[in-house]
Amino acid sequence: MLNIVNKSPFEKTTLESCLRVAQARPNGSALLLIEDAVYAATKGNAVEGRIRDAMKTVPVYALWPDLEARGMQDRVIEGVKLVDYGGFVDLAAEHNTIQSWL
Amino acid sequence: MTEATGGIEMEEGQSGIVKKFMFVNRKAPYGTVYALEGLEVVLISAAFDQDVSMAFLDDGVYQLAKGQHTKAIDVKNFSPTYRALEGYDIEKLYVEKESLEARGLSQENLLVPVEVLNSKEIAALMADQDVVISF
Repeated sequence: MLNIVNKSPFEKTTLESCLRVAQARPNGSALLLIEDAVYAATKGNAVEGRIRDAMKTVPVYALWPDLEARGMQDRVIEGVKLVDYGGFVDLAAEHNTIQSWL
Repeated sequence: MTEATGGIEMEEGQSGIVKKFMFVNRKAPYGTVYALEGLEVVLISAAFDQDVSMAFLDDGVYQLAKGQHTKAIDVKNFSPTYRALEGYDIEKLYVEKESLEARGLSQENLLVPVEVLNSKEIAALMADQDVVISF
């Protein structure tokens, strides 16, 4: 299952809900952060610990063009894997199911 | 005054009124259209010689982050506009300290000089306005 989140963790509880479920069944699960959710992939903020904890069981990816657009390219947490649009497509193709958390 | 109103004579009695407007920005840029739309309204307000200020709270502080490069998402990078506000006599930019800290940001990460104020100070400024418009 590829879980896609697109909202800021400071504005919505989507990321938290997604991680609660994904971490309950981590095998084959991955998390991709896009659009305003890429702020969750950055260091020094209130949710950094949550992402570091998630990465112990679930691979975490972030969409590079969205990080760069927001000026967050130098703040990415170590261990978060960066993908471009091609990588996004690869992730979608590699996973049997995809859920865009709204 | 006629220059600021595009050559249109305003009705007598209205032309001299200056109100305190605060535009409150609470959304990150690009993910939604709020930040850009808010900025457009602020620029429009500048044409009416009003007392305009902007406050940045919550994810709104991300609007001012340095180093935004939007080419790859094919969206206009409007962040340089914040630096141009001074030229429109919009010089009062307030950023909430608590919001910056929750995001691991500080004044040096911002692309324009701002006044960093705590929640209490922001609240006092808001209470002092004639009009508060939130984006």
